[in-house]
Amino acid sequence: MGSNLIDLLFIFMLACFIGFEVIRHVSPLLHTPLMSLTNALDAIAVVGAIVLVGEHKSNFATALGVIAIVAATSNVVGGFFITDRMLKMFKSSRPTKP
Amino acid sequence: MSEFAGSQYLIEVIYLIASALFILSLKWMSSPATARHGIWAGELGMVLAIAGTLLHHGMDYRWIAVGLVLGSGIGIPLGMVHMTAVPQRTALSHAFGALCVTLVGTAEFYLGTQSSSKFGMSVLSMEVILGGLTFTGSLMAAGKLQEILPQRPITYKGQNLVNFLLFGVAVASAVYLVLHPEQKLFFPLIVGVSLIFGILLIIPIGGADMPTVISLLNGYAGLSAAAMGFVLKNKLLIIAGALDGSSGLILSVIMSKAMNRSFTNVLFGAFGQVQASAASGAEAKPVHSATPEEAAAILTAANKVVIVPGYGMAVAQAQHKVRELYDILSKKGVEVRFAIHPVAGRMPGHMNVLLAEADIPYDRLIEMDEINGDFPQTDVALVIGANDVTNPAARSDHSSPIFGMPILDVDKAHTVMVIKRSMSPGFAGIDNPLYYLDNTLMLFGDAKQFVGAIVRELSGGH
Repeated sequence: MGSNLIDLLFIFMLACFIGFEVIRHVSPLLHTPLMSLTNALDAIAVVGAIVLVGEHKSNFATALGVIAIVAATSNVVGGFFITDRMLKMFKSSRPTKP
Repeated sequence: MSEFAGSQYLIEVIYLIASALFILSLKWMSSPATARHGIWAGELGMVLAIAGTLLHHGMDYRWIAVGLVLGSGIGIPLGMVHMTAVPQRTALSHAFGALCVTLVGTAEFYLGTQSSSKFGMSVLSMEVILGGLTFTGSLMAAGKLQEILPQRPITYKGQNLVNFLLFGVAVASAVYLVLHPEQKLFFPLIVGVSLIFGILLIIPIGGADMPTVISLLNGYAGLSAAAMGFVLKNKLLIIAGALDGSSGLILSVIMSKAMNRSFTNVLFGAFGQVQASAASGAEAKPVHSATPEEAAAILTAANKVVIVPGYGMAVAQAQHKVRELYDILSKKGVEVRFAIHPVAGRMPGHMNVLLAEADIPYDRLIEMDEINGDFPQTDVALVIGANDVTNPAARSDHSSPIFGMPILDVDKAHTVMVIKRSMSPGFAGIDNPLYYLDNTLMLFGDAKQFVGAIVRELSGGH
């Protein structure tokens, strides 16, 4: 599994650089929705929890997994919802679309 | 895994698409015009990722469904909070994210999936240490923001030493566990210590430093998710975690720079010095004050007005009254703009969201660096609920705790009006020389009521 680890590290490094580049260009106007969006994306951890619960290897694991799913799903649903609400509010005084 | 090669491949392809969507989602957040596409991309990526995961063979779907439904039930009300509650909601969601990661890590440990790999065990430990401290730290932050917990820094002697020791214990235990995976009791020790560390890390941090701390916790939550990706060998998790981690870290750096304090100072410096210097400021120097009628008259006579919003405006929920003021002044031909300091409020971009909620067009919200040069040509600078970010001592007074912090140069405007409830010092506990200048008028009162009174004057008088 040695080569697999290195592959993962490559991916991690590239993702970090992409992250830095992309985020640098986010307007300070949007820092708050940016944070709620990245929060919702963080909830991708639900994927790990789903596998845990689905495989049902032990009751303890399943119980922890279900709580984990609840917590992460709350972030996904709430996070996208609130980010969308925030973005809907940003209006320009100049009409941007003809 | 080879028996499921077919569907495994499909899942990997789905993850690949989801990763691309996440990156696009963040890229589209770079401007308000494209930002809403960002949400669609992110949502689509998330749905794909979850659907793809459900494709794993041999999964028992019942409990998953329960979790998804319960989670949505909690998430929707949380998504409907008022804009003024966004900082604490954000902190709470960091806590949930970290909770998920920590729980999965704990379950993985007790299932023994990583006991054969030193690397696996190491990242697992990192995952639960980061996850644990982010969980309790974010809960503390949310508590402080919601004002359930005291906002002022709680400090005690030797605090930094205690924190370092705790962290050291967690790391040392993790190292020991990696070398001796059979010593299972060390795991709860690691988790427990991390949880306590999270609490103690955040209690010395005060309200005004929250923007930096929330950003930092955002970064930690991302990194813990990335660690989980290493444990589960899941590329999508690694990528999403890395994106979120770098986002949080960049925001924290921006916030610290905007306060001209280093990271470590925010985390460990706790404004301890301020307690000493604030004790002296009890001289009652005279200030000029004004009534709503006088303020309205000055505003009508102005050509260029810059409004400086701060946390006080948020607390008083005055943003809608401010919008009325903006409308009525604009109708009279006054140019009204808003100067937004990067750390105004309790989280990055807080003021922008509040003003946007009040329907103020976003091109009127100008960042500090852009607008600072305009203050000398500004007739009236109206400061609403902001204090330290307008304090000229940051420029000139070497002994001030806020020395060096970039501020809004409101004192350079022709006239400055400050709406404040009283002369009590702001969060930093220091006096603001701005208030005693000759061209400054203090408008004492609650922001919402005072602005409301000004609006009434402006609309009734003609």
